Amino acid sequence: MLTKKTIQKIDKELKKFPDDQKQSAIIAALQIIQTENGFLTNDLIAMAADYLDMPKIAAMEVATFYNMFELKPAGKYKISICTNISCALRDADDIVCHLKKKLKIDFNEVTKDKKFSLKESECMGACGGAPLMTVNNQKMYEYLTPQKVDQILEELDS
Amino acid sequence: MVKVWWLKLMIKIKINGKDLEVKPKTSIIEVADQVGIDIPRFCYHKKLSVAANCRMCLVEVKNFAKPLPACATQVMEGMEIFTKSKFTKDTQKSVMEFLLINHPLDCPICDQGGECDLQDTAVAYGASKTRYTEEKRVVFDKNIGPLISTDLTRCIQCTRCVRFLKEVGGMAELGLVGRGEHAEISAYVDKSVESELSGNIIDLCPVGALTSKPFRYSARSWELVRRNTVSCHDSLGSNIEVHVKDNIIKRVIPKENESINECWISDRDRFSYQGLYHKDRINNPLKKVKNQWKEIDWEEAYELIKNKINTINTKKPNQLGILCSPQTTIEEGFLLKKISKQLNTTHIDHRLLEKSFSKNNNWLGCKIEEIESHDSILVVGSNLKNDQPLLAHRFRRFAMKNNSFSIITSYDDFNSTPCLGKIIVNPSTYLNYLLEILKEVQSVTKYKINSESIKNALKQIKVSKETKKISESLTRDKSKNAIFIGHQVLAQIEGDNIKIIAMHIAKAIGATFGVIPGYANSVGLSELNLSLDEVNTDEVINQKKESFIMINFDPYFDYHSPKKITKALKSAKFNIAISPFVSDSLKEFDIVLPMTPPTETSGTYMNMEKRLQSFAAVTPPHGKSRPGWKILRVLANFLELEDFSYDSSDEIKVEAIEEINKNYSHNIKDFENSKKNKIPQGLELISPIRAIDSDMIVRRASALHQNENIDQAFAYINPKTMLKENLIDDQKIKVSSEEAEITIKIKSDEKVSLNSILIFGKQLATASLGMNHKLKIKRSS
Repeated sequence: MLTKKTIQKIDKELKKFPDDQKQSAIIAALQIIQTENGFLTNDLIAMAADYLDMPKIAAMEVATFYNMFELKPAGKYKISICTNISCALRDADDIVCHLKKKLKIDFNEVTKDKKFSLKESECMGACGGAPLMTVNNQKMYEYLTPQKVDQILEELDS
Repeated sequence: MVKVWWLKLMIKIKINGKDLEVKPKTSIIEVADQVGIDIPRFCYHKKLSVAANCRMCLVEVKNFAKPLPACATQVMEGMEIFTKSKFTKDTQKSVMEFLLINHPLDCPICDQGGECDLQDTAVAYGASKTRYTEEKRVVFDKNIGPLISTDLTRCIQCTRCVRFLKEVGGMAELGLVGRGEHAEISAYVDKSVESELSGNIIDLCPVGALTSKPFRYSARSWELVRRNTVSCHDSLGSNIEVHVKDNIIKRVIPKENESINECWISDRDRFSYQGLYHKDRINNPLKKVKNQWKEIDWEEAYELIKNKINTINTKKPNQLGILCSPQTTIEEGFLLKKISKQLNTTHIDHRLLEKSFSKNNNWLGCKIEEIESHDSILVVGSNLKNDQPLLAHRFRRFAMKNNSFSIITSYDDFNSTPCLGKIIVNPSTYLNYLLEILKEVQSVTKYKINSESIKNALKQIKVSKETKKISESLTRDKSKNAIFIGHQVLAQIEGDNIKIIAMHIAKAIGATFGVIPGYANSVGLSELNLSLDEVNTDEVINQKKESFIMINFDPYFDYHSPKKITKALKSAKFNIAISPFVSDSLKEFDIVLPMTPPTETSGTYMNMEKRLQSFAAVTPPHGKSRPGWKILRVLANFLELEDFSYDSSDEIKVEAIEEINKNYSHNIKDFENSKKNKIPQGLELISPIRAIDSDMIVRRASALHQNENIDQAFAYINPKTMLKENLIDDQKIKVSSEEAEITIKIKSDEKVSLNSILIFGKQLATASLGMNHKLKIKRSS
């Protein structure tokens, strides 16, 4: 069930759109629900869809399209690393390899201590700082090198 | 003077150096299609919104550095387009290469092979070799129901199916889940696609990702013979193309006819062919010997009938009752009428579900194409999606565009469509709502009503808010409106009164009035004036007969009162059934003549807009069965009736059309403010008929019924009514009508009107209840 608090927050978002265009608020609604719950389940997506009067499959499309949405439990720190063309040209693959080795996980997996999870992401529009990654969709780290990655992980771990 | 190019009626463009004058605001691909220039495409479809995601239609346009998608680019003054230049060709080749990267090379085992857009386009526009050596992606198939099989690895993400179900089907049931390389077509978590038009996505799919499940692996497209005919299931008369191999129908696809079915058909029309080959189908005439069916030959059958019929005293009128299904062709209907005349009976009819029999205006009242040209529309008492699945699409499109569509009905199966006014009530109250509208309309237009009984009825009427809204939209200045009455209304006792009031409203506002007829030839047989004004099916059944002839229907399912018809059959001495199928419901008959279904006979149907459509047999008769018109002709000759020497159905057609052109006038009944008008106490039984139960053939089509247990039907009740009546979901209750008592499980359904119980008609488990009767509930644990 969606909690009262969640619904209040969604209602606040809904005010930004006309009454017959409720589905415009789906991204915001899913974000709110994800913050509350940690990740999105099929049921939660369906509830969001019902609340916004839209087909469930349409909400599903949105939830699966953006990799900021988690469809299964993520680690405490979710590292999303860009592998698109600009980052790839700046050796993002090396950073990915390094991260995978260091954390002993593959993409879309969580470390045993549930601290880190790794995600492959699309271009974040900051190619000037390639290669780059974000942590928990919020904090961005640019000009990555294996050494810098080690440093960031240590900081997060402590 | 300043030249304002966007106001100009026509603009000049060039395609491949050829000068063209075209309408502004058309896309390049539309222009190319009009003048017959081929541009390859996958995602573009003329009836769907533009997605421009396959990129196959890229063309070179002068002064643009990049190629432009022809489907999403509008023509502009002076535009020069090149569809065959090297630049365009290279672009097409590159796009083709990308599309084929993840497409499996499994054409030999793919049902689409031989009729595949991707195959054809790859040959015409692609490279002859692949440069791709890496791994291809694999997508797991999903089960989206018994009609459509999926091979999603073959999908090229054109999203035609997604757009079809959203825009034409009215419910987004499929979506593109995931992103980029991981994108795949999916329904929401293991759901199946339930749209009544879902089969069309099989035709729309440009590759073999969505194929027909019942047809799967049963033939290759080049082995099939294609023959055109007309669908026999609803009164739209959809044009279909039947694909035949070894004289067996393998599948059915739509044949484009913009003014009837556009380029779609409903699932009922598409998959009903399976019913033709059901085990109940008979090959020889059957005679009942000691309650067992015994096969006999035609000669013997005719002799037997002749002997029996000759014992009837034809001096006395109406000793013989003739009932035929509303799917009977015009030719057969005409012969029946002729036979009945010579056998001195007027007891002949085709209206099996109706309880109201007035004969005027029993057609759509306008062309099918004109429906959407109205300014506002009111539909009364039709379960559009079930009664006329494809016509419903036109109403839906109208509603989406105009926001002036209103509906008064008892089962809201149109709930994904925005309606201006929506009144979901019991059929017994339709009349009151229409009287409200009439009163409101009358006060605006000052329309004069002469009938005293209507005046009296109007006196007691108070206009509610909802009907006021509907009336307002109907009486807007200079608007051209329409009122349509569903076929289900005529299945109510009050049907005629409802019709009269609706016609008055239409007259008051100068609107189109029409009835949406139920079956393929309902209109044709009415126009033939099969029965006299005062005769109707109930009359035929209620009066004692020596003998009955029943043609092409199942008395137990297709007549609204199985008890009465069984009683009538029992009391008659000799009953003849002419039917493609035999089943338990024919146990009161003495002889069954195997008649071919419409796919195996030539004939003519008149659809809801009074359009005559003739068709020829698409396959030869099954076994020794014979077309209905031949059976009747030979029967008449055996009975030594006069003037039955027809050589072909065309000869009969000519005479039948003469008969139709006689334009019979009918007595128009006046409004009766009768006692039946009273609203019944307790719960009302509503019996809409599901699209997949409407006639003998579809009831036997296995794929359409695959997901259900035939022994089990449900009663649907509005949750609010359940609360009031102290009922809970999945509870078993006993319900009884005048006809029978059955135990049934209930389910809550918000789409059902209050204070009613909805049990779909013509289902095996519930047919004994009859249709649209009063109902009593007894609880059981």
